[in-house]
Amino acid sequence: MLPVSFGLALLQTAEIAGAPLNIKLSWCLALSAVLFTIGVAGVLVQRNVIVLFMCVELMLNAVNLTLVAFSRFLGDITGQLFVFIVMTVAAAEAAVGLAIIISLFRNRETLNVDEADLLKL
Amino acid sequence: MEEFLKTNLLHPNVAWLVEASIKMVAFWLFVTLVVAYTTYAERRVLAVIQNRLGPNRVGPFGLLQPFAELLKFIFKEDLVPLAVNKWLYIAAPAVSLVPAMMVLIVYPFGPEVTIPILNIKVPLYVTHMNVGLMYVLALTSLGVYGIVIGGWASNSKYSLLGGLRSSAQMISYELALSLSLVAVILQVGTLDLVKIVEAQSGWGGMRWNIFGLMGTGFIAFWIYLISAIAETNRVPFDLPEAETELVAGFHTEYSALKFALFFLAEYVNMTTVSVLATVMFLGGWNGPLVAQFPWLGIFYFIGKVFFFLFLYIWLRGTLPRLRYDQLMNFGWKFLLPAALFNILLAAVIALIAY
Amino acid sequence: MDLVTQISQSIPAILFFATAALAVVAAFNVILQRNPIYSAIALIVVMMALAGVFLTLASPFIAAIQVIVYAGAIMVLFVFVIMLLNVRAEESITDKVKYLKFVAPALFIALLAEVGAIVGAIDAVAKPAISANTVADPSKVNGTVESIAQAMFTTYLLPFEATSVLILMAIVGSMLLAKRETPEEAKMAYDAARDYREQAD
Repeated sequence: MLPVSFGLALLQTAEIAGAPLNIKLSWCLALSAVLFTIGVAGVLVQRNVIVLFMCVELMLNAVNLTLVAFSRFLGDITGQLFVFIVMTVAAAEAAVGLAIIISLFRNRETLNVDEADLLKL
Repeated sequence: MEEFLKTNLLHPNVAWLVEASIKMVAFWLFVTLVVAYTTYAERRVLAVIQNRLGPNRVGPFGLLQPFAELLKFIFKEDLVPLAVNKWLYIAAPAVSLVPAMMVLIVYPFGPEVTIPILNIKVPLYVTHMNVGLMYVLALTSLGVYGIVIGGWASNSKYSLLGGLRSSAQMISYELALSLSLVAVILQVGTLDLVKIVEAQSGWGGMRWNIFGLMGTGFIAFWIYLISAIAETNRVPFDLPEAETELVAGFHTEYSALKFALFFLAEYVNMTTVSVLATVMFLGGWNGPLVAQFPWLGIFYFIGKVFFFLFLYIWLRGTLPRLRYDQLMNFGWKFLLPAALFNILLAAVIALIAY
Repeated sequence: MDLVTQISQSIPAILFFATAALAVVAAFNVILQRNPIYSAIALIVVMMALAGVFLTLASPFIAAIQVIVYAGAIMVLFVFVIMLLNVRAEESITDKVKYLKFVAPALFIALLAEVGAIVGAIDAVAKPAISANTVADPSKVNGTVESIAQAMFTTYLLPFEATSVLILMAIVGSMLLAKRETPEEAKMAYDAARDYREQAD
């Protein structure tokens, strides 16, 4: 409890001081690119379909970070709305994707993507 | 208090931090104490309902019983079964307790009061956030991980079944819980918990949201109450830890302090859910004469929270447990549509009335 | 400028770097762990860390939504499915497709080079954030609930409504996919799959 609460409290302290949130756009973009890259690498090296799916979610998160960063630095709310829509799509995608994974597992009893190559369940 | 520290001692930022830290620790201790005596009250009230005496040996009327229990938990052997997944097994109790405690920083416990002798003004909340209610809901939704991970890591069929049941139950009832709060937000037009309480101060401190919007506030309150009981896994929705079916559900394999942490998390969740009900529906610290005597607000607030805690115990002594399909049918086929319809009704009334 | 003011002004940057480092470490854990449940937990940590990054970017609404939707709903589903299927740890990550092992690091290095180029090229600092608590009208401050709601229900109403249709489709689709077959149907599908596999072998 305490570390996170203190983090919030510190952030509030900084805001009270009227401090500029002195974070550079390039840092956010770099973080986003690194996370996206890790997601891509995960899709390439992992064979477990659930983990692949999680790597896709990781890539979506990285893109969300870019959108929020640009929204913040351009002073335009549209980027954050875009993130909202992306999250809705991700939720729908997770529901359908996991349903597919469950029916795949029922029929094949494996989660390895290499063994699910018959274009039918 | 911030003003006092600023003028007397410290740099303004440090003053803010000191004040926030003191209040955080104070609220934390307060909630822990409430939790300790809720367990005591639960045993005594259940005993009265079941025509027994209950614990009355440790201290006067058994009032020191919670501390005796704590000592017992500390001195028990800390057993870690061989087949468990060790890291997750140890992490799970902490994961369930930490989010439950973290919500305390946005809850308003009382109005701005003046400490008598020192003449310092203190608002009785740590901070207020623009997204306060969403912060609370976000942390509530994280609470499920402790139970799920604990159930999975224990490597026991009872624990796994308890964990699976609990995650399904908490996801289902969280929807109805969040949707019932929307009808309140329609009345006050903000997510900031402090502003929500301040908006209910009309009518001599009785303009509570439960009376608002021609009865839809009242329906929302009932939906919230039912889904809150299900969220905290209490009777009659205590399927994740149903003693007669699953031994003890997700914490079957836990003992000593780790079990105590799960136990603590459950009761802290009960308390915070009761606090949220008080803040959202029953006007928080508002009541007659609070405007004149701010200290009275704290007593109103504590009284309302204790009413909810008593309700929990009362239900436990009265109702039988639901079957699992009944629980799911009730959540998805009745409570969720009712909450959605209530939002529609509340929105139409708000559009016409305001 | 005194020391305390200096420290409190650099707090957002410190928090940004702390959460960013946490996110990167956890993201590596997502792809390198062999047990899916560890991957899932690492991904939850990534999402929480990103919520922290959003807070430092003065977007509290998105931070809260990130925790509620991603960590609180989507990842619970993932953990639930992993537990339900009782997925075991894999013996080896890349058995079959050997060449991917060499493609992935090359791509990784290329993308990291791009990151370096970005950091070198762009150098913008945000305007000072206004605390949403201190202004009279929070809808004028970017990132608050009020401002997002105003944009969502006026300018962007059509996309918002379109997502509701999308969610309805997702509900129906997942119900259809996860529907338990009758025993006869299941047996027929199983036999067909077995015959096909035998033929393929």
